[in-house]
Amino acid sequence: MSKITREQVEYVAGLAQLELDDAAKARLQQEMGEILSYMDKLNELDTSNVEPMMHAMEMTNVFREDCAGESLAREAALRDAPQQDGEYFIVPKILDTEGGA
Amino acid sequence: MEYEAVIGMEVHVEINTHSKIFCACSTAFNAPANTNVCPICLGMPGVLPVLNREMVNKSVAAGLALNCTISRWSKMDRKNYFYPDMAKNYQISQYDLPLCYKGRLDIEVDGQVKSIGITRAHMEEDTARNTHTLGGGISGVDFNRSGVPLLEIVTEPDLRSAQDAYAYLTTLKQILQYLDVSDCNMEEGSLRAEANISVHPKGSKEFGTKTEVKNVASFSGVAKAIEFEIARQIEVLESGGKISQETRGWDANRGITFSQRSKESAHDYRYFPEPDLMPIVVDEAWEQRIRKSLPELPLAKKRRFKEQYGLSDYDATVLTSTRAMADYLEAAVQAGADAKKAANWIMGDLQALLTDAKQEIQECKVPPAGLAEMIQLIESGTISGKIGKDVLVEMFASGKGPKAIVEEKGLVQITDEGALVAIVRKVLADNPQQVEQFKAGKDRVIGFLVGQVMKASRGKANPEKVNEILRKELSA
Repeated sequence: MSKITREQVEYVAGLAQLELDDAAKARLQQEMGEILSYMDKLNELDTSNVEPMMHAMEMTNVFREDCAGESLAREAALRDAPQQDGEYFIVPKILDTEGGA
Repeated sequence: MEYEAVIGMEVHVEINTHSKIFCACSTAFNAPANTNVCPICLGMPGVLPVLNREMVNKSVAAGLALNCTISRWSKMDRKNYFYPDMAKNYQISQYDLPLCYKGRLDIEVDGQVKSIGITRAHMEEDTARNTHTLGGGISGVDFNRSGVPLLEIVTEPDLRSAQDAYAYLTTLKQILQYLDVSDCNMEEGSLRAEANISVHPKGSKEFGTKTEVKNVASFSGVAKAIEFEIARQIEVLESGGKISQETRGWDANRGITFSQRSKESAHDYRYFPEPDLMPIVVDEAWEQRIRKSLPELPLAKKRRFKEQYGLSDYDATVLTSTRAMADYLEAAVQAGADAKKAANWIMGDLQALLTDAKQEIQECKVPPAGLAEMIQLIESGTISGKIGKDVLVEMFASGKGPKAIVEEKGLVQITDEGALVAIVRKVLADNPQQVEQFKAGKDRVIGFLVGQVMKASRGKANPEKVNEILRKELSA
């Protein structure tokens, strides 16, 4: 029994906007289940006295100063877009006028 | 049944840095589309964002002013979703370790002070803007706003009415402007407010299902939308219906909210730590440095104005409504003006001129010292109060000093007895009917006669002297 249901695989695929066939769903159900089982293995360790690790690198406070510099020329910014009109990046008409965030 | 409303606010404010949050592109408003962009804010793969130090400074300042605890450790996270306002398919925000948390903001509603809990204030990047006016089944995307620094300030569900929400927004805006961390200009999108609203029977411990009202263009619009939404929810419940958890928009023209998106299909953002940005450590010393640099905040300033200058609560409220106005008053007092007199001139004649000219006080041509000088000219009797008004108009228009204007236009008050007596006698001769009435005991006529003398002297006569001479002449 995998720790992940087929519905969960479909849900996650939906969030990632992936279309999966039945074989892929079965394979991912298996693989994702194994990953979670491995997490169980890690959970066996007592980490109550260990500070949570916030980042893989041991650096903090990397900042840049607040100075406005050069931006790209618009032509360069738009050049590689699949569709553009010289001013905007062009996308298919957005029906939901509300922002995603 | 009686209902009670529960409201929480989410406010996004643009922090007024020169450059964007993770790159050096300018944050200037109204630049031509896609000209303040670079690979970082365009969301190209393989780029390395670096956090703007000033964004942290200003966010901590805002957090401290909102009585928040500042996180010693904080980090950035990725909020994942697909939408054409983010090319990289995630927005860099903060999730479980916001920079500021557990604060409160005191607001005043109908003379009562309420303390509103601040859940958190976290840093994030703004997204691109979409335009739907290009026609032909397409939309355009402008990345100028992508990466503009935002602070999202979230309250506890402590607000109970539209007035509460309005007071919260205006108080918050005032503080952020005092701190100079944001322009809070709703028209330019540097302040956006969303309200979460639910209602439940009064006395019930359980909150009702909430709706979220978004995309409102003004504070008064937010208040109206909340009022409408409370009434709508009560009506739904009263008629036996259920509130569905959803996002609603505000139609300002029709004065109604409307369903935009059901939360049932809402996004699952799958936050995870942003590996490209290092954790943020604000130690005690840094926090103290920022705390010491905080300006006097509106409420403290208002209290001081009442104590130090003897201003009424109303006057102190008006004069501390913006930092510029408060600074103006204090500069005028420093230049020798009586505080109450200066306050009256600022709130009265000067404010009227500013409103007419659509100017802010910091832009106006009358320096605080100029106003102080003009007030002194009145106090010393050089000009009358009425002429003072005209002088101020001229100062406002030309930027000239009051003394220069008074000399140029010959506005010095006539206090010379002989000159005044001559004018008074002429007025009495021209108005025999009123003189008769006065002599018959109608004392009020004196006001009319004083007015005639002032008119004849083109406002330059000293009104007290005129009164005195008039009475002497009439009883002669």
